[in-house]
Amino acid sequence: MKPTTRGFLFLAFVLAVLPLALPNAYYYDLAIRMAINATIAVGLNLLVGYTGQISLGHAGFFGIGAYASAILTSRYGLPSALAMGLGAAATAALAFVVARPILKLKGNYLAMATLGLGIILSMVIVNETEFTGGPDGMPVDAFSLFGLQIAGEQAWYGVVAVLLLFVTRGALNLIDAPAGRALQAIHGSEVAARVAGIDVPSFKVRVFVLSAVIASVMGSVTAHYVGFLTPGVAGFFHSIELITMVVLGGMASVFGSILGAVVLTLLPQLLSAFEGWETVIFGLILMLTMIFLPRGIVPTLRLKFAGRAA
Amino acid sequence: MLSELLQFLFSGLTVGAMYALAAVGFSLIYSASGVINFAQGEFIMLGGMSAALLVQAGVPLPLAITLAILVAVVAGLIVEKLAIEPAGNAEVVTLVIITIGASLTLRGLVEVFLGKGNHALPAFSGEEPIAILGATLMPQSLWVMGVTLVVVVALALFFGRTTLGKAVLATSCNKLAAQLVGVNTRFVLLLAFGLSAALGAVGGILVAPMTYTSYDAGIMMGLKGFVAAALGGLGSGVGAIVGGLLLGIVEAMTAGYISSAYKDAMPFVLILLILFFLPQGIFGKKTTDRV
Repeated sequence: MKPTTRGFLFLAFVLAVLPLALPNAYYYDLAIRMAINATIAVGLNLLVGYTGQISLGHAGFFGIGAYASAILTSRYGLPSALAMGLGAAATAALAFVVARPILKLKGNYLAMATLGLGIILSMVIVNETEFTGGPDGMPVDAFSLFGLQIAGEQAWYGVVAVLLLFVTRGALNLIDAPAGRALQAIHGSEVAARVAGIDVPSFKVRVFVLSAVIASVMGSVTAHYVGFLTPGVAGFFHSIELITMVVLGGMASVFGSILGAVVLTLLPQLLSAFEGWETVIFGLILMLTMIFLPRGIVPTLRLKFAGRAA
Repeated sequence: MLSELLQFLFSGLTVGAMYALAAVGFSLIYSASGVINFAQGEFIMLGGMSAALLVQAGVPLPLAITLAILVAVVAGLIVEKLAIEPAGNAEVVTLVIITIGASLTLRGLVEVFLGKGNHALPAFSGEEPIAILGATLMPQSLWVMGVTLVVVVALALFFGRTTLGKAVLATSCNKLAAQLVGVNTRFVLLLAFGLSAALGAVGGILVAPMTYTSYDAGIMMGLKGFVAAALGGLGSGVGAIVGGLLLGIVEAMTAGYISSAYKDAMPFVLILLILFFLPQGIFGKKTTDRV
């Protein structure tokens, strides 16, 4: 069995037995948030870790999904699944339009452009008070499909666990497929990738759109699950959190992203005892990881064990 | 009509001068190290906050200002020494994240020790507005523009006339070559961080009497300084100043004639347009990071 298949089965096993170990709604809530973040991080890692294209604006896409669901269901009475689909479609369209010019840039310039895009999106959400409720936020209707309502922590846990497994499997398949090899080749050297006959711009655009749509769908899920939205979900700080999950767990490691999401979702809970110090510790973790474990936790551990085995 | 335009122009130039100081800081560090320092905004915040609190504690204004600049410089040196230097020749993504981490750490420390409240500094020379052609100008605006001008001239002299300044320029041109002719590039990097922290702090202190400052004011200011730097062309000193002033004016005009809600979004729209159509900025070198 391939190590990734083993990892995937392990993940499925953990997600299946976890409910037995969750004593109350609070822990369910934590598990749901972890799974949501993990799913986004896996998608973002395809872009940042595998393809080498940084995005400091992914919370913007998350925000489009979240607010599309909220506005279309609560203000216009659309079915929630349709609203989610429209949000994803809008995200895909926007990501597709901006991807080509943005992904022509590299390094610092790409970081700036994605950051700018994210901030514009979050400002639109803050300022269009009529639709989004502005800084005060807005309530979101429950999610229902064919008259069946998804409500309560246990039901949502089931939904997000399935989504996480689905996206993880998809990502694992993708990186082993020729398309995934192409993405990794782009990370290695764009010129070499192009010489090898890879349509570099088109691959970059596709992985950008894919990761944006994953973020958008998880935004919709979060909106319905939490039931109330504030503009912070689309803000700069949320983008930083997402990229930190990818970086901490390990660039170019699907399971690393999941681990990073788990750690960073738990962190604020553990740190709430040190009021005011959360930001400091968050910042220190970012710096220390990058200085001492620039590959992130999972790839570093993997290298260590591989070295011992050899 | 004219008085209105003039009014917007004044306020644009005032804020623009502060963006320019931040942008010069960005450019300095970018030239010396190729790093975009996302913690630049925190130096601005740190300057304004320290000065405001020292004055509140009864320290005379000139001494408070000096101490506040020192606080920022020390913070800048620590960031370079403990975060940038150990990372060595890391990838751009790594460095971006390290400086974001530094920025969060600084912001968090200020939040813990100085609190979440808003603070203001008294105006340096009174609040009596000066009337010019129907528009009014606050004396503090003159301070902002005047000091910025002095700082810019001082920097020009430093780079043009002193050996140390030329060493910085040499490093930004070609690090290896600079090392070969005996430039201590590690020291240059440290100097760049110290100087840019001081520039940020000066900007933060100058505008603190006009806008409230708080622990989280650094993000927006930093981001705008960064937009100004990119607008003028990363790594170009003249570009940083022109970019800062231009950004300030565009922002003030947007607030005046279009929508005050979206004035903060304008810089980011501008940066996207600039990056798409003129990626090297207005005064940037022609060698770009495009594929």
